Amino acid sequence: MVEQILFLIIAAFTLLMGLGVVIARNLFHAALFLVGVFFGIAALFILLEAEFLAMAQIIIYIGAIATLIVFAIMLSKGMMGRESGAYNKQWYFAGGAMIFFFGLVSWLLAQMPFVITNASVPDDAIQQIGQGFVGHYVVPFEVASVLLLVALVGAIMLARERNS
Amino acid sequence: MDLRALGESFIAMLENWGVPEGWVLLINWLLGAIILLAIALLLAIFLIWFERKVAGRVQDRLGPNRVGPFGLIQPFADAFKLLTKEDITPDSADRITYNLAPIIAVFHIIMLFAVIPFADKVVGANINVGLLYLLAFGALGTMAMLMAGWSSRNKYALLGGFRVVAQLLSYEIPVGLAMLIVVLLSGTMNLNGIAQGQGGAFGLGWYVFVLPAVFILYFVAALAEGERAPFDLLEAESEIVAGYNIEYSAMKFAWFYLAFFLNTWVLSAVAVTLFFGGWQGPFADQFPVLGVVYFFIKVFIMFFVFAWVRATFPRLRIDQMMSFCWKVLVPMGLALFLGVAIVLKLGLPAAITYALLFVVNVVILVATLKLLGNYTKDLSHNKNKRLFAPELPRL
Repeated sequence: MVEQILFLIIAAFTLLMGLGVVIARNLFHAALFLVGVFFGIAALFILLEAEFLAMAQIIIYIGAIATLIVFAIMLSKGMMGRESGAYNKQWYFAGGAMIFFFGLVSWLLAQMPFVITNASVPDDAIQQIGQGFVGHYVVPFEVASVLLLVALVGAIMLARERNS
Repeated sequence: MDLRALGESFIAMLENWGVPEGWVLLINWLLGAIILLAIALLLAIFLIWFERKVAGRVQDRLGPNRVGPFGLIQPFADAFKLLTKEDITPDSADRITYNLAPIIAVFHIIMLFAVIPFADKVVGANINVGLLYLLAFGALGTMAMLMAGWSSRNKYALLGGFRVVAQLLSYEIPVGLAMLIVVLLSGTMNLNGIAQGQGGAFGLGWYVFVLPAVFILYFVAALAEGERAPFDLLEAESEIVAGYNIEYSAMKFAWFYLAFFLNTWVLSAVAVTLFFGGWQGPFADQFPVLGVVYFFIKVFIMFFVFAWVRATFPRLRIDQMMSFCWKVLVPMGLALFLGVAIVLKLGLPAAITYALLFVVNVVILVATLKLLGNYTKDLSHNKNKRLFAPELPRL
């Protein structure tokens, strides 16, 4: 009962923040709303007793990604404090893409057979996740690392001084 | 006296009064939260006095000595002064963000108090991901300072905000690496578990004796994470006046000030928990309340070292500081991580493993210092070259 109420509060908060991301006229505010969304998702993970995922969510999405987004906005010329409308010439194209993507995700979720059990979260969940990363799922894990490395090298290549 | 038993008897008392179980839990949690909050705020007031006194003594001054014995009441006087000052908000400031920033700055530090083990099992929340929690909520501070820097609409505040990201994000990596190495050795991310793992007779089980180089890595990076000299580039008065909090006055400034001191205290507490055995000490097993005493004594010694360093060293340049992180601390941390992981994988008996770990640490520390020394020696022949000049590869 308490969990349902908490879930409703957190879900409403997350959705409101998400709405804020879309309708905020100031890009910086949109980024701050995004932080709120990430917080809501972390809270949902805690509600599911997935503490590790909640902490990873905060470290990666708020500590790194949101900070970098805000930083990029701060460094972009003309983005500081400028109000921009929610619509521009591409709004119908973006709307179409959004409806298609929403339909795709809904269809996928409807297809997905979710297994619901009453089993409690094991005490050594972190150890199991760790062993999964370097055991069964080692290839996707390493591929993701290589992808990030490529992005890192690419960013340096783009930003380097060109004085040959 | 057992603190744990005290809590349990309190719960039993509430249950005897016929309070429903759910409410007992809620009252218990609320009380715990309020106690932690009170500890944090009282600590901050004492820490400000302590740091000012230490800095005064180190720099051959007196420090606060007018209000109360040894100037102990001075922070209260300062707090009242700040409360009565005019609260100024710049006209063009982004009001909501501007007002939210100091709240988040204090909020994230107080949240950190929840996982610090004051004595065996005397923890606000004994969660399995304690260290990750510390890193996660520590990262929130970056966000608060960025918000403060951006919303003030002041170019110095904005520059301070840029520096916040550059410095705190970079130095989070060595801090995280140091924590990771401790996790490798202790096999748990639970802070109480890490403290428990450092039993050993005469404090020889403390990880500082096993992993001295890791402790030095953590300490140096923590100086930067705590925005303290020689890494206090965020508020370098001579360059950017005061950094991100330049437009804040009265109590809003006081919140940032409070967050700054509590942050240092938390960094000291984490250092003590990870490397100095936390609440471990003679007879701490029989009398858990002694654990609290040992913990606070150790943390204050650690805090004293932080204050000592701050009062002694001049400030670095921003490019030196960044290069030092990426070219010295991060490679050192990675080398240590690799060395410790290999030694632990050998599966030798505990005593030999600890000895080997110590040797690996000392070797890497000496190698780092030697390389740094050679680098600065090379530079001294070439006067035009800047120390740690940013050099990009010509492609």
